[in-house]
Amino acid sequence: MKSYYEPDDLQKFSTITRVNKPLGDKYFSYYNSVMKAGALSEREKALIALAVAHALRCPYCIDAYTRICIEKGSDEEQMNEAVHVAGAMAAGITLVHSVQMMNKIDDTII
Amino acid sequence: MLPNDQLTLLAALPYSFEEFIRPHFPEKSALTPCVLTTLQLNIGRRCNQSCRPCHVGASPARTETMNRETMDACLQVIAEVDEIKTVDITGGAPEMNDNFSYLVKACKNLGKHVIDRCNLTILQEPGYEHIASFLAEQGVEIMASLPYFRKSYTDRQRGAGVFDKSIRALQKLNRLGYGTTLPLNLIYNPSGIYLSSSQQQLESEFKNHLKQNYGIEFNHLYCINNLPLDGFLQVLLKLDKLAPYMDMLKTSFNPCTLDGLMCRYQLSVSYDGYLYDCDFNQMLDLKIVPAPHIREFSHDRIMSRKIRTMNHCFGCTAGSGSSCGGELVK
Repeated sequence: MKSYYEPDDLQKFSTITRVNKPLGDKYFSYYNSVMKAGALSEREKALIALAVAHALRCPYCIDAYTRICIEKGSDEEQMNEAVHVAGAMAAGITLVHSVQMMNKIDDTII
Repeated sequence: MLPNDQLTLLAALPYSFEEFIRPHFPEKSALTPCVLTTLQLNIGRRCNQSCRPCHVGASPARTETMNRETMDACLQVIAEVDEIKTVDITGGAPEMNDNFSYLVKACKNLGKHVIDRCNLTILQEPGYEHIASFLAEQGVEIMASLPYFRKSYTDRQRGAGVFDKSIRALQKLNRLGYGTTLPLNLIYNPSGIYLSSSQQQLESEFKNHLKQNYGIEFNHLYCINNLPLDGFLQVLLKLDKLAPYMDMLKTSFNPCTLDGLMCRYQLSVSYDGYLYDCDFNQMLDLKIVPAPHIREFSHDRIMSRKIRTMNHCFGCTAGSGSSCGGELVK
């Protein structure tokens, strides 16, 4: 193993059913159902997936969903905005915890 | 890029399209024609645009154009062969051929369905403003190129300002009844090294965006894969992506596409009257064998020929398939 993340490993994703096949199959079936067009289009769902891929820092998913977003008809401007949404959420999640910090300060400092 | 150089590159790949299709055509070991419903006429390489991935290498600098004599030879075949129902006119920008109107009128007089493969911007160019009305009067179907429903990829692929001009042209066509009472279809090809998503999904995106933002209506979106030829081949070579792109096409080979391949239902005629199985073979100068010229047209010989294939043909059999009429299997 040269690296913890090998690009070719993404192609082996389906082999996670090597053990516990029924559970793996359920996951893939669920995933495929979720990503189909519904109230949201496939393109919109792919943009959400791209934002989540960045938020959870998954190089496999960034690789796959950048391509899928392009295939589904999104351009760089739209994908960039999706990543900014992930970034803004991550920043907000950090910053909103500072309320807890301030509560503690107010409890501690007389 | 010269046809021979392109053929050398395609032949050097470590696999062959012929091997993939041989088991599906045991009798002749090659693709064979089904019925000749369409004659596609490439009436010139001249174009008002110079797009990076153009497989024809069309541009304003090109001078090759179909003359009246060759056009008349085509019209004779179109008149004589009843099973030819459609005349598909392409280029370059076919409207730039001085005899374009003559050809369209003659085909309509013969009772044929006529398709104009239009780059849209030509309809806005000085001297060509009348073309849109002419096409509407003649009831010509328009297949219009639009790489994307936003400016970004369109202008990147086709040049600055092409998107805005295309939108104005589409609005003009809508005012003439195109998209409602007259057939207006859009042609999409991926703006890079990937296959298009499903035609149905992309059509829905194009329709929503064009209607919402520009009030534009059209009938269908047809998705065409990029074939590794001329402009697109040069881009692949420059990026060192020929092998991975071809691997992707080969891996996506779908035998279900073989029944609908356009080369089995049409012939492509070059500006100088030579016959090819498709527009792509025309760019590789792979003339049909035998009877390579429209003046020597023999329906029997055409229908008993073997279709000439090479590794570029993986572009038409990948995924849902690809043809001048879009994807081949749903």
